[in-house]
Amino acid sequence: MSSVPAEQYRDASRSLGSAGQILQVNGLSVEYAMDQGGVVAVKDVSFDLDPGEFVGIVGESGCGKSTLLFAIAQLLAPPAEITGGSVLFKGRNLVGLTARQLNVIRWKDMSVVMQSAMNALNPVKSIGAQFKDAMRAHGVSSAAEIASRSGQVLRMVGIDPQHLRSYPHQLSGGMRQRSMIAMAMLFTPDLVIMDEPTSALDVVAQRSLMVQIKELQQELGFAVIFVTHDMSLVSHFSDRLMVMYAGQVAEFGATRQVFDSPLHPYSIGLLDAFPSIRGPRVPLTGIPGSPPDLARPPAGCRFAPRCPKVMARCEQEPPELYRVDDTQVRCFLHEGGAVHE
Amino acid sequence: MSEAAARYNGSAAAEPLLRTEGLSKHFKIGNALSRRSLHAVDEVSLQIGEREIVALAGESGSGKSTIARLLAKLYTPTDGEIYFQGKPLSAIRSRADMLRYRSEVSMVFQDPFASINPVFRMSHGILRGLKLHRGELSAQQRLQEALRVFEAVGLTPAAEVLQRFPHELSGGQRQRVGFAQALALRPKLILADEPVSMLDVSIRIGLLNLMAQLRDTEGVSILYITHDIASARYVADRLIVMYAGQIAEAGPVEEVLANPRHPYTQLLLSAVPDPRAPLTISAETDKGEPPRVIDPTPGCRFRWRCPLAIDECQRVTPPLRQLLPGHDAACHVARADAPTRAF
Repeated sequence: MSSVPAEQYRDASRSLGSAGQILQVNGLSVEYAMDQGGVVAVKDVSFDLDPGEFVGIVGESGCGKSTLLFAIAQLLAPPAEITGGSVLFKGRNLVGLTARQLNVIRWKDMSVVMQSAMNALNPVKSIGAQFKDAMRAHGVSSAAEIASRSGQVLRMVGIDPQHLRSYPHQLSGGMRQRSMIAMAMLFTPDLVIMDEPTSALDVVAQRSLMVQIKELQQELGFAVIFVTHDMSLVSHFSDRLMVMYAGQVAEFGATRQVFDSPLHPYSIGLLDAFPSIRGPRVPLTGIPGSPPDLARPPAGCRFAPRCPKVMARCEQEPPELYRVDDTQVRCFLHEGGAVHE
Repeated sequence: MSEAAARYNGSAAAEPLLRTEGLSKHFKIGNALSRRSLHAVDEVSLQIGEREIVALAGESGSGKSTIARLLAKLYTPTDGEIYFQGKPLSAIRSRADMLRYRSEVSMVFQDPFASINPVFRMSHGILRGLKLHRGELSAQQRLQEALRVFEAVGLTPAAEVLQRFPHELSGGQRQRVGFAQALALRPKLILADEPVSMLDVSIRIGLLNLMAQLRDTEGVSILYITHDIASARYVADRLIVMYAGQIAEAGPVEEVLANPRHPYTQLLLSAVPDPRAPLTISAETDKGEPPRVIDPTPGCRFRWRCPLAIDECQRVTPPLRQLLPGHDAACHVARADAPTRAF
């Protein structure tokens, strides 16, 4: 990592929210309108993000993690709709902004890296042309400037700038994903939202991309929201970890804390579902059953039908998020901050 | 050596259930005049024993799925031979022999959403397979057999699940249906190509446990193709690591992972995210791009990424050689008496 980002691509006056957070998500809910009625895919999610912070969001398919991310980036399309809550980005509520207003923020202050680079990149345009589009849209018109910045960001992710002339199909999966990330870096945004950017890659490429993202983040100081289904992937990279289950936050705390002493029975089950590559070979059980149908969520705790520690009460009333030290957990076992088993 | 194998080829030597010798598959690429060929699988000799789960691990493009397709006789080898219970596959001529081989070596596919016909009930696929491959059974016996295998893979109540449509089942359940369909044919060997990679983490372990259970109770062998070394360690008896169409290392799974001799195995191991262990790979990032092997010249195919590469690696393709009992590696640098440390 030798290249230093040009200063003009940094926003000198990074205005922040009232308490210094770059992002404040308050009571965000998203509903999919279906024939049988609404399906609440994300229910009442709140969290703050500090500048330069790396937050991982993990959960199974259908838990609402990608919907939450799209809701934050204002990328939801019907039938999905934000039905409540706000997303304050640098103090400004993004919910309800027009496309024109959002266009000013996108790429420049906040960028999104999608899951499949093959689908996110335009197959009939070279990488360089796609970089140029993004820069032109934000008022950079000098060809020399576009060329130098494009080369610069490509070098940042470890790709030779000659690949600006390459088309997506000429690049390997890892290089495509890297060029997506390079594109997200064009204006050195304050927030980069990533939706499983490494899931199509092999372990070695995956690990090297994660290391690269972390290096860029430390160097450029942007905040990251990283969505993945593989919680071990973020274990060494995220500052805080949010475990989602059936549209709700199940547990949210410091990453090390969640891995070392998970509180929610779902987090415990999820961690125990990963066979270890080192240490003793122990039989694992996984989590029996499958996640609930969100069109008809259980009346009480949504994890109750699969929970090994279920109590009578769990099936009647839904638990709140309780605070245990710095961790939030949605489980009656920890009501009132108790850590008991 | 099982009695079945002895019956099959008449001799009772220490013949594994399946073995390949110098198995190769090359694909012609480019236009009609092109003479370039992609070496998807090159000179692979492997063995699968009775009641054994063998994990075949490697990155995408390493040739592991091509091997599964060769073993399933979906592809014809460019070179080399596959012996099943001692008999060469190239000798199969009649449809009856072909059907018998296909029932003794059956396949489970990666995508449980694409591999089951969505317009039929679950009973359709499995009863059809039984009718084709086990013609001796009556309709009533076929139904009994379908119920038995559905129960064996944990799809209960079997009678009810048999009447469901694919969309009424979860991904994990569908993959169990895949194993049930394979099992109904009384296979000796199940070729499972990435059977859990599309499933959620909390569901995967259940399927891996099912594979171990099928080995123990039904006596089948399984070739478990995966890119996930941790799951290979969890369920397999032996591990074969592929790189660029060739075997890099093979041996008992614990032995290979505890004492990897091939630098590539070490690289793979160091890249596995393990929340319980400290971060091992440092910032000097290996870009992780395995080569596409087009018209290769001699030499080790890992040499461009290998920190230990010596002169010989540029000129001579390292043969797979035994370093420790049952533990082979294809590396000039690897030694029997000392561990290799590359990553």
